Amino acid sequence: MANKLIDIVDVSKSFGNNLVLDEFNLYIRENEFLTLLGPSGCGKTTLLRILGGFETPDTGKVVFDGQDITDLAPNKRQLNTVFQKYALFTHMTIAENIAFGLKIKGKSKSYIQDKIRYALKLVNLEGFGDRTPDSLSGGQQQRIAIARAIVNEPKVLLLDEPLGALDLKLRQDMQYELIRLKNELGITFVYVTHDQEEALTMSDTIVVMNQGYIQQIGTPEDIYNEPQNAFVADFIGDSNIFSATMIEDRLVNILGVHFPCVDEGFGKNQPVDAVIRPEDIDLVKPGEGLLDGVVTHLIFKGVHYEMEVTANGFEWLVHSTDMFPVGTNVGIRVDPFDIQIMAKPESEDEEAVPIEA
Amino acid sequence: MKRKINQVKQLLSGPYLLWCIAFTIIPLLMIFYYGLTDENNAFTWSNIAKIATPENLKALGLALLLSLISTAVCLLLAYPLAMILTNMSVGRGSFIVLIFILPMWMNFLLRTLAWQNLLEKNGVINTVLNFLHLPQMELINTPFAIILGMVYNFLPFMVLPIYNVLSKIDRDVIFASRDLGASSVQTFLRIILPLSTPGIISGIIMVFVPALTTFVISDLLGGSKILLIGNVIEQEFKQGSNWHVGSGLSLVLMIFIIASMLLIMKYDKDGEGTAF
Repeated sequence: MANKLIDIVDVSKSFGNNLVLDEFNLYIRENEFLTLLGPSGCGKTTLLRILGGFETPDTGKVVFDGQDITDLAPNKRQLNTVFQKYALFTHMTIAENIAFGLKIKGKSKSYIQDKIRYALKLVNLEGFGDRTPDSLSGGQQQRIAIARAIVNEPKVLLLDEPLGALDLKLRQDMQYELIRLKNELGITFVYVTHDQEEALTMSDTIVVMNQGYIQQIGTPEDIYNEPQNAFVADFIGDSNIFSATMIEDRLVNILGVHFPCVDEGFGKNQPVDAVIRPEDIDLVKPGEGLLDGVVTHLIFKGVHYEMEVTANGFEWLVHSTDMFPVGTNVGIRVDPFDIQIMAKPESEDEEAVPIEA
Repeated sequence: MKRKINQVKQLLSGPYLLWCIAFTIIPLLMIFYYGLTDENNAFTWSNIAKIATPENLKALGLALLLSLISTAVCLLLAYPLAMILTNMSVGRGSFIVLIFILPMWMNFLLRTLAWQNLLEKNGVINTVLNFLHLPQMELINTPFAIILGMVYNFLPFMVLPIYNVLSKIDRDVIFASRDLGASSVQTFLRIILPLSTPGIISGIIMVFVPALTTFVISDLLGGSKILLIGNVIEQEFKQGSNWHVGSGLSLVLMIFIIASMLLIMKYDKDGEGTAF
């Protein structure tokens, strides 16, 4: 795997009494699309601002390409930021916006002209150079913000919820656009979002954060299929999360029913959290599953039906392409490898799992 | 139904319209009428030509000079202050703004009279100087006293519009400039200053226009020695009881104000001036 480019070491930051990051450690590899994912207030934007140089950590350091940049001014850093609300310069044209960083660096006129043309082409907005930011739509403004950042050839592009203000369709288009850009430019992207779908679609690596701690680091598949704790399971996608007990290796007690599973090494009668994704539940005829229940809600979602099945006092969320009307008696079946068993956190601090990524 | 609502809405603007006609348009027309007629109500340019007398030219020139200096001093004081206010936390910032506009709640005449007391020959400042065995200073009835009075009275009108535009600049825009390699000085010159020009223009107009036309400040702090164009016009109306010449000179002053506004707007090429 590629080299470490950024190393964040023991970084803590608080605003007043509010501890936002607590001895945070993370490294980012060259040419990686890394996403910081978490609910608002989890510290992800603060971390990005520390990388950009707009906040200084209280303790710890940031190492960039072997050099300690913790106290380096933002204009001296080899990274550029794309801001959530674009932050374009409204008193300049699009071309002047893109040229801003290059002019500051004293590049030649012809070089700047070439770069503007190249950047506008890259973000599919050729011919927009003479327009003003106000005359562009939100999605176009965001592309210009990206173009303005990448003409400076940064080693890392920091993106702070760049698609947050766009509507759904545009957001999806821009996700593909960003992946394409990342591949064409061959630089590192550090992406901040609270949108799990964005994170799953684009990232090489996802860092799930909560309350200033890392909950899990992994590929999108890892994070989705093997969440390490109930927070991650709940935050990424829909899920049924149970407080369960491990009976023995490969057998778990969920709601009083013994489910075969594939997890080992938890110890006998150990309390655990169990996660079952709604699409992994098979609805069968009553008596043919592990337990029986009754369909209590039914919603058509387009791709699938979303149902709630009440069984053993729990409302099971089920996604299926087969439709079972409300009131139908059904059996519930789950394949052993579709049950994900996780250790229970002993305290809130314990949720800061030590990570070897 | 909709039409009726629109008619009601139009009615709502009625009081303002009446006000505007009674106290702006009619007086303005009267000024034009008096300015362009003589005692026999015959048309004449002579009232306007009165500006060309040496005394009146001097008064106009002095008024322009003093109000320009005052505006410049206000701008130099107000911009840094507005920047400091913008960078403060919201609560503390608005507290300081409050302190700043507090004097405006006191009567304008009273404030200027207070300065007269401070600057007088036997006023507070000279008494203190005397007590300290320092030479007395001639403060009152000087152009300096008038400028001081103008700056003191009009400074808030410069601070507030600048503070207003500065506080509306998104912090991320400033971060973006830094992020793209600009130093803090470059960021100020290329981003903050251009984005705040509308506020600067508003401030300049709101200070320059009343400073150019004032007669109260020059009356109280300049004595009868220093005449500004405002004093000349006042004298024509009150002492000379010559409304025709007074109106004629007012028209000249109006031309100067309009011309200066046009000049300023020409430099604000984006047309973002918020004053109009």
